[in-house]
Amino acid sequence: MRIARNWRTRQQRYSLVGEVCTQCGHKIFPPRDVCPHCTQPAQLPYALSGRGEVFSYTTMTSAPQGFEEYLPYTVALVKLEEGPMLTAQLTDVDPDEVRIGMPVEMVTRKIREDGEAGQILYGYKFRPLLERQTAT
Amino acid sequence: MRDVSIIGIGQTPVGELWDKSLRHLAHDAVVAAMRDAGIERADALYVGNMLSGELAEQEHLGALIADFVGLRGIEAFKIEAACGSGAAALRLGYMAVAGGLHDLVIVCGVEKMTDAPGADTTSALALAADQEYEVTHGLSFVALNALLMRRYMHEYNVPHSAFAGFSVNAHRNGAGNPNAMFQSPITAAAYQQAAMIADPINLMDSSPICDGAAAVVLVPSDWAGHGRGAVRILASASATDSLAIHDRRDPLFLEAAYLSSQKAYRQAGVTPADIDLFELHDAFSIMSALSLEATGFARRGEGVRWAEDDGARIAIDGELPISTMGGLKARGHPVGATGVYQVVEVVQQLRGEAGVNQVRDARIGMAQNIGGSGATVITHILAAE
Ligand SMILES: [Zn+2]
Repeated sequence: MRIARNWRTRQQRYSLVGEVCTQCGHKIFPPRDVCPHCTQPAQLPYALSGRGEVFSYTTMTSAPQGFEEYLPYTVALVKLEEGPMLTAQLTDVDPDEVRIGMPVEMVTRKIREDGEAGQILYGYKFRPLLERQTAT
Repeated sequence: MRDVSIIGIGQTPVGELWDKSLRHLAHDAVVAAMRDAGIERADALYVGNMLSGELAEQEHLGALIADFVGLRGIEAFKIEAACGSGAAALRLGYMAVAGGLHDLVIVCGVEKMTDAPGADTTSALALAADQEYEVTHGLSFVALNALLMRRYMHEYNVPHSAFAGFSVNAHRNGAGNPNAMFQSPITAAAYQQAAMIADPINLMDSSPICDGAAAVVLVPSDWAGHGRGAVRILASASATDSLAIHDRRDPLFLEAAYLSSQKAYRQAGVTPADIDLFELHDAFSIMSALSLEATGFARRGEGVRWAEDDGARIAIDGELPISTMGGLKARGHPVGATGVYQVVEVVQQLRGEAGVNQVRDARIGMAQNIGGSGATVITHILAAE
């Protein structure tokens, strides 16, 4: 794992800090500095709520290097309520119970670690939206 | 701009070729193409390759291969556009000849994947995706395609079994191609019983990891004459989309495939109805359905219907033959070489040299090579002289 690269994306991984386009108002995540909707500069930071729903998902039975020990795990496209979509792991859920359209919320979890003495990467995963929050 | 023709083709068998190195594979394809064209020199060599740095610990392929095939001194580069590298190299060769910068260009696609352990290859293939926002979360390239397939099945209410015909057709055609990795037909039942990789994608939805190289020789059409071998490139067009699926306006629409095919149809002055055969990028069966929709052969959600009845309508004698020499699924998908294999196979068809897989009266063929999950798409349309 590359330490500086992971450090640069810390606000995105811990707090879902994206951007908002001051021209057309679209929320953007991951940040990209140019609005994909109107191609104007968009560099105003904007923290997303972390609530959304599952757009699609799959459970992995073979993993890329560094993820073998976490198998099987479920990954998803999550459509955030502010509009943007992102890619993340699902957590705290039985893979058989995941459904498209399922409401989910962001949590911060360990993504992977680089051996006993190596770096530990934390970041966003998504879990089923808890009842107490649906009630408010 | 000058018209450009292909006057020579070459290819190695596709498979786990443990006795052949990267440079030997490229050599075999380039030498075969030069012999087929009847040439002994060239102005330039463009090499399509994705993973030589990762899997063969070798970059700088342009000079390496030019030297190794006896062309030391000429211009030579490697071109990389993930799984679209092969067609990207052809596109560069086409631009060089069409633009009058070179007269005699060799394009070679080569990939050596089977030396490395499987986990290394899985990680290397994921380099085609967005490292910071897709791959970092533990997704493989298969997983990204699984996300598309699951959504497609959900949105259009399609069962997994509906895709079987793509795989059945590819394997049926692979059986007639002596260069194909898989040369045995499969049944729809075998498709459904295959081992799961990333639900809903199983082994029979996926193209295999393999080695191979293919090459073509390009010249201005004025030079090509009207001999047996010449095939004209009517169109060469490429387009791009976001690397990450989550950044696309509509993940189930391959916008770059739409853009590049529309450009290609305009250049060639043809419509989808004029295409006699289509070598599409069936890296996964979902990609076949999405490609057919984006290139105008099916409405949204109906691309999968081409797979009905064991793929009868996409068979060699069907309405729109696809993957006529086995496609990525059965011929094999040596990633950076695939785009050149597709074009070599279209040339075989247009020359009438496709053997038992010959499409009758084939006059216009299309090849479409996709990089990543749809971020680079390159379309070529070819016609018999
Ligand atoms: Zn905007």
